Amino acid sequence: MKVKLENLTKRWGPVYAARDINLDINDGEFVAFLGPSGCGKTTTLLLIAGIYKPTAGRILFDDRVMNQVPPKNRNIGMVFQSYALYPHMTVYENLVFPMKLKRVPPAEMKARAQRVAEMLGISQLLDRRPGQLSGGQQQRVALGRALTKQPDLLLFDEPLSNLDARLRLSMRAEIKRLQMDLGVTAIYVTHDQVEAMTMADRVAVMKDGRLQAYCPPNELYDRPRTLFIAGFVGNPPMNFIEVEIVLRDGVYHAQRAGFDLPLLAERGGQAAGRGPVILGIRPEDVMIAEEGIAGEVYVVEPLGRDDLIDVRLGDVHVHVLADPNRRCKVGDRVHLRFNTQKIQLFDPKTEQSLLWT
Amino acid sequence: MSESASTAQALEVGKARYPEEKASLRSLLSPLLFMAPAIVLVVVFFFIPVVIVLVISLTDMSTATGFNNWKWVQFDNYLRIATHPNTLPVLRNTLMYVALTLALFNVGMALVIALLTTHIPRRSGFLFRALWLLPRLTPSVVYIMMWKYVAADAPYGILNQHLLGPLGIPPTNWLPAQPWIFVILTNGFIGASFGMVIFTSAIESIPRDYMVAALVDGCSLWQRIRYLILPLLRWPLLFVTTYQTLSLLTSFEQILLLTEGQFGTEVWSLWAYQRALSNYWGNFQWGFGAALAAVLVLIGVVMALVYMRYFQFNQLVQEPKIEAL
Repeated sequence: MKVKLENLTKRWGPVYAARDINLDINDGEFVAFLGPSGCGKTTTLLLIAGIYKPTAGRILFDDRVMNQVPPKNRNIGMVFQSYALYPHMTVYENLVFPMKLKRVPPAEMKARAQRVAEMLGISQLLDRRPGQLSGGQQQRVALGRALTKQPDLLLFDEPLSNLDARLRLSMRAEIKRLQMDLGVTAIYVTHDQVEAMTMADRVAVMKDGRLQAYCPPNELYDRPRTLFIAGFVGNPPMNFIEVEIVLRDGVYHAQRAGFDLPLLAERGGQAAGRGPVILGIRPEDVMIAEEGIAGEVYVVEPLGRDDLIDVRLGDVHVHVLADPNRRCKVGDRVHLRFNTQKIQLFDPKTEQSLLWT
Repeated sequence: MSESASTAQALEVGKARYPEEKASLRSLLSPLLFMAPAIVLVVVFFFIPVVIVLVISLTDMSTATGFNNWKWVQFDNYLRIATHPNTLPVLRNTLMYVALTLALFNVGMALVIALLTTHIPRRSGFLFRALWLLPRLTPSVVYIMMWKYVAADAPYGILNQHLLGPLGIPPTNWLPAQPWIFVILTNGFIGASFGMVIFTSAIESIPRDYMVAALVDGCSLWQRIRYLILPLLRWPLLFVTTYQTLSLLTSFEQILLLTEGQFGTEVWSLWAYQRALSNYWGNFQWGFGAALAAVLVLIGVVMALVYMRYFQFNQLVQEPKIEAL
């Protein structure tokens, strides 16, 4: 099923929880709503589910306007962070509850519940109550309950946030796999950019109720259109340095005290003569080298595969991912080489990218 | 070597600090000490009065005998209750009064108000609940006086003059004509607010995700009440039903003020009160009244046990309730 949001707006008194959101979701697509808490992603999800009524705008499922359709007629499956399994029902009763309400014949109800339980590996738990299950098991049951009704649209509200790190990894892959196999359109709300990047076909980044970007994960990473996206997506986060772009001897330079970096013409040209701009570069795109901009190692954080090194260049700090075999120590004098292919430039006032629109 | 030596040493120290006899004595005493204030209160105000009532019920103590010339009569008072012509009608009245007030108002109406006011905007819900608290806040004498104005004898009264009169219903002496309606309404309007408060807070403490999940799973609002909210209210339902049964069994002030037990509205506790403390002839039969009260206590205990069994009290206590995740 296709989903389309047109100028979707939800206002609580003077506060906009969601504002003018325009979004197209293709049939069978997996879309993540990504943003910090309070950005309006869960509100948007509940608008789509029909729990909230939009203040303005439209919600369309396959060209049908859904604004006034009650939740029970939207054929949606939903999975919650808190699992929200009904505590007074057994696992089996939880699984068949949506089907019971839809008056599915008992034989089919049983067959479907068993099929889903097998698929999720919870067949041996059917007689238990939610209180007797671990978090991971409860989340599987919750997923099962959303699937047994054979929904046209699956909604996930931070479903993995309550699970421990290892379980989160395996469930992440499993959900992705299930969604692909079943071909159900899915919307996945998360504040975890890794989840969004790894699972989604397209990511909708939200901030303060507004849609900041809506594009495939790699585009989000390589061509961030706002300062917020650049800082939010990627771990460790992008470095930001305030510079001025000047043209000297036919080459663009990003300059500030103790910092002078020649730029590629196609990037630097976009930002020249604007006064101060913000230069962004990811830690993996800066290297410790024999020559380059000189600085001093300020902090070393071993991450195992890499060392995250905080290098002080005059009055700015730049995070660099370096090979641990380099054995950088605090106080070492080092030189940094920047991968100029990967440099981002932002307008400090509008916070929009100067490179991508 | 050093490790085992130090362990042994630690044990030695432990023994010295907590000698066994002392430990057992202390472990016995300190909880008692902590509970002592509560135990004293319970014993003095709950336990001793019951014992006194039971003791008096075995005597013929009355105004006539005074506190000096009474004598033990064993179970005479209870035999008298068993053979008294009023016993069956009063028992029937009491059961009807408790059952109807409980079902229609103290649990029924309370549940309806709680459900309605939690499904409308918060502020309006709060206002409606506040209105329902008014009868409880009004002093009973004033409250019953207002009801007496409502139901005053023909041709007076708000019912006769303003509500039913204009509809062409002939004036009636409403209180003698329909005493039970007014007994149940007056008590029910007061009683509903207790359950209302308990049920409302229980409904509002149901996690929001459950409520959303039920709607997304395909519930209508009514189905959500039936399949989700009511099952989760089992515990407060048990509590309110039990508590209100007991409190209705022993309550009589509204009936006393409204009808004084006339028109066939005498209930057991009112009977006990009139026999023991306030009768027309001035002969207060404390012994007989105490026996009546003792029977009421017995009925109350039996009812409480029945409820606990019916609602599977033990299971409720063991199992995680609403907060379970």
